[in-house]
Amino acid sequence: MMELLECKHLYKNFGDKEILKDVTFTLPRGKIIGLLGKNGMGKSTLIKLINDLLTPSDGEILINGVNPSVTSKKVISYLPERTYLDKTMTIDQAFGFFEDFYDDFDRAKAKRLLKDLDLDENSKISKMSKGMQEKLQLILVISRNAELYILDEPLGGVDPATRDYVLDTILANFNEGASVLISTHLISDIERILDEVIFIDKGKIVLTSDTDSLREKEKVSIDEIFRRMFKC
Amino acid sequence: MNFIFDNERPIYAQIIEQFEIAIASGQIAPGEKIQSVRELAATLKVNPNTMQKAMQELESEKLIFTERTNGRFATSDKNLIKRYKEKYAKERTLRYIEYMKKLGYSIDELNEYVKKIGGDE
Repeated sequence: MMELLECKHLYKNFGDKEILKDVTFTLPRGKIIGLLGKNGMGKSTLIKLINDLLTPSDGEILINGVNPSVTSKKVISYLPERTYLDKTMTIDQAFGFFEDFYDDFDRAKAKRLLKDLDLDENSKISKMSKGMQEKLQLILVISRNAELYILDEPLGGVDPATRDYVLDTILANFNEGASVLISTHLISDIERILDEVIFIDKGKIVLTSDTDSLREKEKVSIDEIFRRMFKC
Repeated sequence: MNFIFDNERPIYAQIIEQFEIAIASGQIAPGEKIQSVRELAATLKVNPNTMQKAMQELESEKLIFTERTNGRFATSDKNLIKRYKEKYAKERTLRYIEYMKKLGYSIDELNEYVKKIGGDE
């Protein structure tokens, strides 16, 4: 079977600033992978390249063997760092919006998840709290039967209780056999659910490993390894 | 079930350990049905792949067995359950003795102490 995602010698420059340098890695199927790095190290840029929102300065990205395109967007469900939902819409309209865009959107699943939040489908997004808006966005993204979920900082700026909600929702609902790529700098909250980690620093991949082997080898948590490696 | 994990040791090893203890102590009864990997992963908040790996190990230890189409069950083998009970009893006791020795207790003093404290029960 074709690799789910391959990045080959990726470079991205903004002007004379190199944001990504020779980034090469492969994402397997059926795994939860953490893309870990401090702020400003290139995580979001890499994710935007994979989602065809930016184009690489050099190198290649292949998703199921094809470059980022309309085809690849059909199999990738992407949660951006900031919400893009039109806040004048109702929840029901947002569901419709996703249904129109994505063939794999499972409205029944979204409705079920919404029910747990005690939200009314007819309420306007602008009337919801920021936390609820973020939860709704996650519900929309996770309710697609995608092959790859890419979540950019899903834990950033949310309270600990909401972090639990986010992790539980991901674990219980991602499509079986699919992979999940989660970018974050909040490692201790998330490391338990990761199969693999990719450490990114100053635009370069500095470590890729299976999480449990890394713990076994270093005898400390992933969070601790990360802190030691990137001590300021 | 409520397992507590620390992030400093491999999660799959901790899942195995907690299941061994749960079965040895009867918290999971002999022959009791085990939830599906996905359900367990969601309950314990761990990765389904890690859960799967731990289940396979528990199966090779024969503490858990799969009945085709019906799912997984805890063993009813009393001898096996007893062996694991002894394994953990020994492990924890040795750890306790080591700790008490560090505090300066001799084995005799330690026995006296256990009797004294345990006598309250």
